[in-house]
Formats: sequence, C-alpha cells, structure tokens
Amino acid sequence: MRKSQTGWWFIAPASLHLLVFALVPVAYAAYVSLFRWDILRDERTFVGLDQYQRLMADQAFWGAMGQTFKYALMAVPGGLVAALLVALAVSQPLKGMAWFRTLFYIPAVSSGVAIAMLWIYVYLPERGLINTMLMGLGWPSIDFLNESGWALPALAFMSVWVGLGPRMIIYVAGLMSLPVTVYEAASLDGASGWQKFWRMTMPLLAPTHLFVLVTSTIGAFQTFTPVYMMTNGRPMGTTNLVGYHIYVTAWENFNVSAASAQSFVLLFLLGLVSLAQFRMMRRRLEGYDAS
Amino acid sequence: MRAKALFTYLGLTLLALFLAAPFIWMLLVSLHPSRSPIPELSALLPQNWAWENYGIVLFRTEIPVGRFFFNSLFVSAVVVAAQVLVCGMAGFGFARYAFRGREAVFGLFLASMMFAGAVTQIPVFLMMREWGWLDTYAALIIPGISSAFNVFLLRQFFMAIPQELEEAARLDGASDFHIFARLFMPMARPAVATCAAFSFIAVWTDFFWPLIATQSQDMRTLEVGLSIFRAGYGTTNWPLQMTAAVITLVPVLLVFLALQRHFVRGVTLGGIK
Repeated sequence: MRKSQTGWWFIAPASLHLLVFALVPVAYAAYVSLFRWDILRDERTFVGLDQYQRLMADQAFWGAMGQTFKYALMAVPGGLVAALLVALAVSQPLKGMAWFRTLFYIPAVSSGVAIAMLWIYVYLPERGLINTMLMGLGWPSIDFLNESGWALPALAFMSVWVGLGPRMIIYVAGLMSLPVTVYEAASLDGASGWQKFWRMTMPLLAPTHLFVLVTSTIGAFQTFTPVYMMTNGRPMGTTNLVGYHIYVTAWENFNVSAASAQSFVLLFLLGLVSLAQFRMMRRRLEGYDAS
Repeated sequence: MRAKALFTYLGLTLLALFLAAPFIWMLLVSLHPSRSPIPELSALLPQNWAWENYGIVLFRTEIPVGRFFFNSLFVSAVVVAAQVLVCGMAGFGFARYAFRGREAVFGLFLASMMFAGAVTQIPVFLMMREWGWLDTYAALIIPGISSAFNVFLLRQFFMAIPQELEEAARLDGASDFHIFARLFMPMARPAVATCAAFSFIAVWTDFFWPLIATQSQDMRTLEVGLSIFRAGYGTTNWPLQMTAAVITLVPVLLVFLALQRHFVRGVTLGGIK
C-alpha cells in the first residue's frame, strides 16, 4: 500500500458522482419534505415538520404500509424456503447442476415489465395458464388479479418465482462455505441426515439467512413494477404497496413533499426492521453456541 | 443413493419447466398472427409462423419500438463503459493507496448502497429539471456512470494483487495511471466482466428512473417503451405484445448467458462481504 495522496485522483470521479447523486439528494429530500412544494407551479411554502405530522394520521399511507407488511410476510419466508430447498438440491455433487443454477437465475435478470406482462397472462381468467389447468381439473376459473383475496398472494407468489435465482446462489455459496470436518465428525457420532440438517446446517447458515432476510424484506418494501403493470393498487387497495403509493403521491398527485416525507419514514422503518432481524438472528446464534 | 439422485433430477426438471413455461409461451405466442386471440394450450404451436411480427413491432407501428431499442442500446453502452472506468479507478484508489480520509469516504460509498433509489429519486428529478436535463440522454446516462457496488467489487479484486507486481512496474518508470490502465485493469478482466454484466442488466431493465426522467416518445428506453406498447395495444393484441416483450428480453438474456459465470461470482461477493 502506497502512502500517497495520489489515491484522491483515482477516487475523484466516483466520489464526485456519489456527492451529486447520493449525498446531496438525501439532504435535498430532507429539505423538500419541510415544505409544501407544488412542482407544477413551482411554488413552495415552508411548513416545518407539518408533512410528517400529517403523515402520522395518513390512513392511505399506513394502509399501504400494512398491505406491504402482509405482502412481505408471504413473499419473504416463501422466497427464503424455496431458495434454500433449491440450493440444497443444486449443491449436490451431481452432473448438470451448474446448468440448472444458470437456468433458475434467468427470471431475475429479465426485464421486469416483460415479466409482469407474462404473469398477467399466467393469472388471466379462463384462458390464463393457471386457470386453464384449474378448469382442466374441473375447478372454476379464478380472476386472481381482480379478487381482493387473491391479488396480494398472487403478487407474492410471483416474487418468489422472480427472486429464486439470486437467493439460491447466495445459499449455494453459504452451503459451500460450511466446514466439512464438522460434518464428518457428526457422521462418526452417528448423526442422521435429518439431525445434521436441523442441528448443524440451519444454525451454521445463520449469516446467510440474515442476509437473504434483510435484502428480501427491503426488496419487498420497494416493490413497484409489478403493481404498476398488473394491478395499479387494485382491487380495493389490497395491492397498494408502499413503493407504488409513494410513486403515486409524487408523480400522479405531484405532492413531492409528502412523498419525500413518506420515503424517509419508509427508510427509517426499514432500518429498524433490518436491525431487529439482525438482533434476533444473533440471539439465536448465541443460544446455539451455549447449548 | 441412486434413487435420491433420480428424485433430485425429477424435482429440478419440474422446477425448470415451471420457471421456463411462461417464457416458452411468450416466444410461441409472439409468432402467432397479429390480433389472433390467446391460443388454447393445445394449439400453442402456430400454424403459420408469423415472423413478420418482429418487423412490424420494430418499425411499422405508431409506437417507435426501433427507436426505444436504439435508446436502450446507446444508454447501456455508454453507462457500462463509463462505469468500468470510473469504478475501476475508484476501486484501484481505495485498494492501493493509503490517503487521508480514505476510510471515511469508503464508508460513505457503503452507506449509499443502503438508501440508493428510494429517497434520492425526487431530489435528483428536481435537480435535473433545474439544469434542463430532463428528457435528454444526459438524464438517462449521468446518474448511472458510477455504482458503489461496483467500486466495492473492483476494490476487493485489486486488494488481492501482490505488491511486488506494482513495485516492479514502478521501477520500470511506469506512472500511476499507467499502472492502473495497463497493469491492473487487464489483470482484473474477470472482475471487470462481472462489473459490466451487472451494470448492463441494471441499466437495460431499469424502469422507474427512465419513467420519470423522460416524457417524449423519442427519449423512452425499451423497458418503459414496452409498457407504453402494452398500453397502446390494450390487452387485445397478445401476439404483438409478446413480440415486443421478446425484443426487450433477448439482449439481457444474451449478455447474461455470455457472462453468467462472472455474474454468479458478483452475487456471492455481495452476499459474503
């Protein structure tokens, strides 16, 4: 490592970019949230913390938060379990597993709009992929995206499908980093495969679970494209997820100040959730060490 | 043991089918004649393969999909090239020099990965409106020319290169920039490929930012253009909609398949940290 200020020249372009497109905007967003700012007429009135006070009583916003929470409760554990199961399968020493891993990754790199269009078809009543099968079995057709009981689970299920690849890869990496010797010792002690999975693999994967949990939760709270393309928050606001709600506030109702306040509250809550998940996971780990 | 392997293959094949089915459906429907209704699953193979759909969608509708395609290609190419250079330099600077304030600045890069996007969209929009950049290529390109994640990724790679190589080059009289451009960047080719794959796919599939940063039809990227195309053709013309979707997907899939090994490494690096 060279002790030299030359390093500054190399990091200058990226640092300038960071300053202009990340650091200044965060400060600017905080500033905007202290006004009532009409971006169409470009009029602004300073209102202090009024936006935040209103937000606390804003039923539409908290309704969206509640729906997003429900969505995350389905999508996050579902995505985690699916990815873990698939990772266990594809990390076996069998031929062709790399091929499967590549294939499973494809939905995650695909265009979100194209994926949404495909899933509109998958969920279509009568002619859609799922309903064709249901009706083939003699069941009635379900209008998944327009029935209030079905729309949110339908979006959550789709997100498990889309996000499978990256989560699976992270679990595969986690599985490969497990210490082989511990498993050999357990086998000598006569541990069954089932015991090894629950007593060793699962606790040893704790850092991986945590990473997947935190990133998936953040992802769930930022979901936008599927809602924009597939449901527009309908039916009856059940799919009005908070990422979409903030978009509508800013770019359809042109209330950028309220939207800025909303995005700060969201960021704060996501920070709390990540911290809580981190704490919980660490307590589990310590409990495991003690036993 | 044999039975277990068989069971694994069976399960994975079913899953692969489940993941691939919508894509296969999309490809086949895109080759049905324009305006034909959604085919029954039993009639999914087209009777007359309507390859002309691709020409129609790209060049012969009132929605300029060909132009969207060019915009996406141009913006992605410039962003990838700029990101490789900018993030490569920053990764090199952070990895190979001990300068005052290094830890603090690097901490800011890491922190920015947390809040990127959610909070910054509105202020960046307002700033660009002030500068008159909205609805221009600058709005689509400049916010993307650096990425904290890629700085982190290249820094990791550059830290692993032995000091002796750098010293030898210095004894030969190579300048700092020469060492970066002629020695380190060529050695980092796998990491640069990862970085390029990530940035291409991120830019090509970005929806939110181009949606709010552009207004005129001629400035739309393919991802936003596809949603416009869908709105323009309602829910009625599934073959043409699916043709447009295939056109959007093919470039990212090609890049992903070509660089997939590098891609996987990047994902796991993000996971381990």
